[in-house]
Amino acid sequence: MTISAPPIPVIETEAEQAPAKRSRFWAWVILIITALYFLVPLGATFYWSLRAEADKLGFEAYRRLFADSNFWPSFTESVINAIAAIFLSLLIIVPTAYWVTLRLPKLRPVVEFITLLPFVIPAVVLVFALLRLYGRPPLLLTATYDSSRVLLVCAYTALSFPYMFRSVDNGLRAMDVRSLTEAAQSLGAGWPTILRRVIFPNLRVALLSGALLTFAIVIGELTIALFLAQQTFGPYMANLTRSKVYEPSAMAIVAFALTWAAMGTIALITRPGKRG
Amino acid sequence: MGGARRPPLFQFGRWLGVVPFFVFSGLFLIGPVVVLAYRSLEGPDGGLTLDNYRELTNPTVLASYGLSIRISLTTAVLGGLIGFFLAWAVSMGGLPRPFRSGLTTFSGVASNFAGVPLAAAFIFTLGRIGAITALFELIGIDIYGAGFTLYSYWGLTIVYLFFQIPLMVLVLLPALDGLKQDWREAAENLGATPRQYWRRVALPILLPSILGTMILLFGNAFGAHATAYALTGGLLNLATLLIGQQISGDVLNNPGLGYAVAMGMVFIMALSIILYSILQRRSERWLG
Amino acid sequence: MTGFLSLENVRKEFNGVVAVESFNLEVEPGEFVSFLGPSGCGKTTTLRMVAGFEPPTSGTIRLAGEDVTYAKANERNIGMVFQSYALFPNMTVADNIAFGLRVRKEEGAARGERVAELLDLIHLPDKAKAYPNELSGGQQQRVALARALAIRPQLLLLDEPLSALDAKIRDDLRAEIRRIQRQLNITTIYVTHDQEEALALSDRVVVMSKGQIEQVGEPFEIYNNPATGFVASFVGQLNRLPVTVVDPALGRVRVGRSEIRTTSLIESPAGAEVSLMMRPEEVTLDAEEENVLEGTVESVTFLGSIVRVQVAVDGGRLTADLFNERLLVLPVAGDATQLSFPSHACWVMV
Repeated sequence: MTISAPPIPVIETEAEQAPAKRSRFWAWVILIITALYFLVPLGATFYWSLRAEADKLGFEAYRRLFADSNFWPSFTESVINAIAAIFLSLLIIVPTAYWVTLRLPKLRPVVEFITLLPFVIPAVVLVFALLRLYGRPPLLLTATYDSSRVLLVCAYTALSFPYMFRSVDNGLRAMDVRSLTEAAQSLGAGWPTILRRVIFPNLRVALLSGALLTFAIVIGELTIALFLAQQTFGPYMANLTRSKVYEPSAMAIVAFALTWAAMGTIALITRPGKRG
Repeated sequence: MGGARRPPLFQFGRWLGVVPFFVFSGLFLIGPVVVLAYRSLEGPDGGLTLDNYRELTNPTVLASYGLSIRISLTTAVLGGLIGFFLAWAVSMGGLPRPFRSGLTTFSGVASNFAGVPLAAAFIFTLGRIGAITALFELIGIDIYGAGFTLYSYWGLTIVYLFFQIPLMVLVLLPALDGLKQDWREAAENLGATPRQYWRRVALPILLPSILGTMILLFGNAFGAHATAYALTGGLLNLATLLIGQQISGDVLNNPGLGYAVAMGMVFIMALSIILYSILQRRSERWLG
Repeated sequence: MTGFLSLENVRKEFNGVVAVESFNLEVEPGEFVSFLGPSGCGKTTTLRMVAGFEPPTSGTIRLAGEDVTYAKANERNIGMVFQSYALFPNMTVADNIAFGLRVRKEEGAARGERVAELLDLIHLPDKAKAYPNELSGGQQQRVALARALAIRPQLLLLDEPLSALDAKIRDDLRAEIRRIQRQLNITTIYVTHDQEEALALSDRVVVMSKGQIEQVGEPFEIYNNPATGFVASFVGQLNRLPVTVVDPALGRVRVGRSEIRTTSLIESPAGAEVSLMMRPEEVTLDAEEENVLEGTVESVTFLGSIVRVQVAVDGGRLTADLFNERLLVLPVAGDATQLSFPSHACWVMV
């Protein structure tokens, strides 16, 4: 039987934890300083948005914003554009991703390269090129507002490719699409059945993520809409900044809330462990 | 019982699924760029020439490229460093767990929060009548009087960091996760102090990821248009703004040059994406 | 208190859950000791406490007389080999091996010599400039071993080093580890859940379950004289027959309508329901030995060198492991057969 000596181990344990404590201190410092950097502008904007009525804190700026004659038209136009782009993108990307995974794997590097092109072509360069290519006969697409709108939606669809493809691709990989397809085939299912009962149900989360990302990109997009003379939400917001005093702050908060809703939904539906 | 027949070499059905993709990309991604490239090589009389590229030494163009490169480098390095420390803080710095998922979600939002709303938010914060400007005035400091202005190189830098830092965080968090605890323990077991471990093992392993993402950040800032436009109108001579002006009206008095400037941007972006991919692949090899 | 490494009453709690309890062990210099047990039994936790990665909740750990219980992990001069190899991917094999030496600020020339020495020891002399991802799993683990040995540690710890390897590589490397350990005469602790490994490599085996030591002893002892039911069933195959005690003094028990005699001690009174244990290799399909039972063959599994025959007897089931012979006539399921085993081969447990 030895007599143990408790006091000394206690001190040494604390000494052992000291380096960890020191790094934790710096971690807090970093977090607080960066949190300030990110939260102060948002807070200041929010504060501004509440001061539309003199000496009173209220939501007057928001009321004025939502009552503005151009707010809802431009917002709805953007939403419709976004939905169209999402639809188009899904229609193109899902078969492509599926094909490239199962039937033409050799084409994968080419397809992946093309989906990366929107990162290589800045929006302003893309609209520049689109205008030059489709701005004059024989490929005139910019003659009317509506035909330009079609061009806009197509451009947005192309811009969504990197996010949509990566989303769907990850989804296909996560569900091990090859094994599932082969199992379904061995049980006698044809392609339509496989797509309907096996592929799409398991891709729901991936499709939703891709759609939400595309939505977030399209809804406030400025550059392409501006040069295609479209009256969507982006140019509307830009105009607002130059013409009104308080409404832009409300608009910024609304935009932030929208983006947060989209990203938050993605985070929620892609939480690991949830069955698709 | 039909015997197996060798399928024809080219089956239309095999390619059906990817045709829409290639057609669409051709029309709206590849086609336009090819046209740009072609027109950039077009001389005034219709022949092919490199003159437009030679004209890139035009002072306006050089200045715009220079400014864009400088601001992209600044925000890439600053954003990269701050983003790295922030990612470290929430993953290995001993902070409570909820901060990490909170930061991840916030980073997803903030990295997409570019353009008009972001510019507006900072105008309300650091603009001439912004809340923080007012706060400084309250304690007697007139930052605009002292020469600061949001509508400048440094002002734009501050604004750009709002989406650069989160982008760095988003890419680096998985990389930091890839730092196996075993490596730290093995280093400790062999006698290394935490500093030695970071210097000899962790940082070298993370370097491709850090560098690669900084390059991604560079490209991100270089190609940004909406935020700069919303914040400064046309005040700053950035390459993207220059191209925008060229679209609206031929400010360069030389259509061919406009195409060359655009292609120049594409080259720089392509280079940065290629470098990023190379470094990313190396990083994945080590961090899995 | 005379051991080279001694653990006294070591206990580890995680958030109220006891992972290791009353761990007492003395390890002699140069000894090869295995910690053997199922996942979650506390063997790795104990190893990590010795390495310094987890502080014990209470208890003492002494190495060469010095109290190292709370010493920092990077000050213990203990070498550790991880299950995942943990080689630094950004360094060559030579740099990995030299890492500990570099940290101790050893001279370049001396370092180079030592690295070459170790590369010879692990039989990989031409891999100095290779990177870990260019090596096979077995090669990586050998480099990990060399890296741990480079600093001339007083103690070598291995945490399931062979689990991630293919069976054939595992056997080769197992022999390598033992050879190197004997050559260097370094005190070694080896954690594994594979009982064959533990028996083959160790001077002594520590069998653990649910945070406690079940038995410490030489492999032969552990296998043939298991102290608890857990050790008996965890190490090796085991036959368990429910029997009723007839006469404790004479060692007689009954199963079904047959009586069996055992030479081992019976502590329960007559009429008690207990278990009779014996190893399958001691059971033969004939009536040669003292205890004979009648039964029907249930299944025959050909394992190569061993033929495993499961026989249903009146009151239970027994497995007999027979050595393969080229001219062996395999029994068939459904055959009636006899089983026998010596009285010294079986023992009784409650």
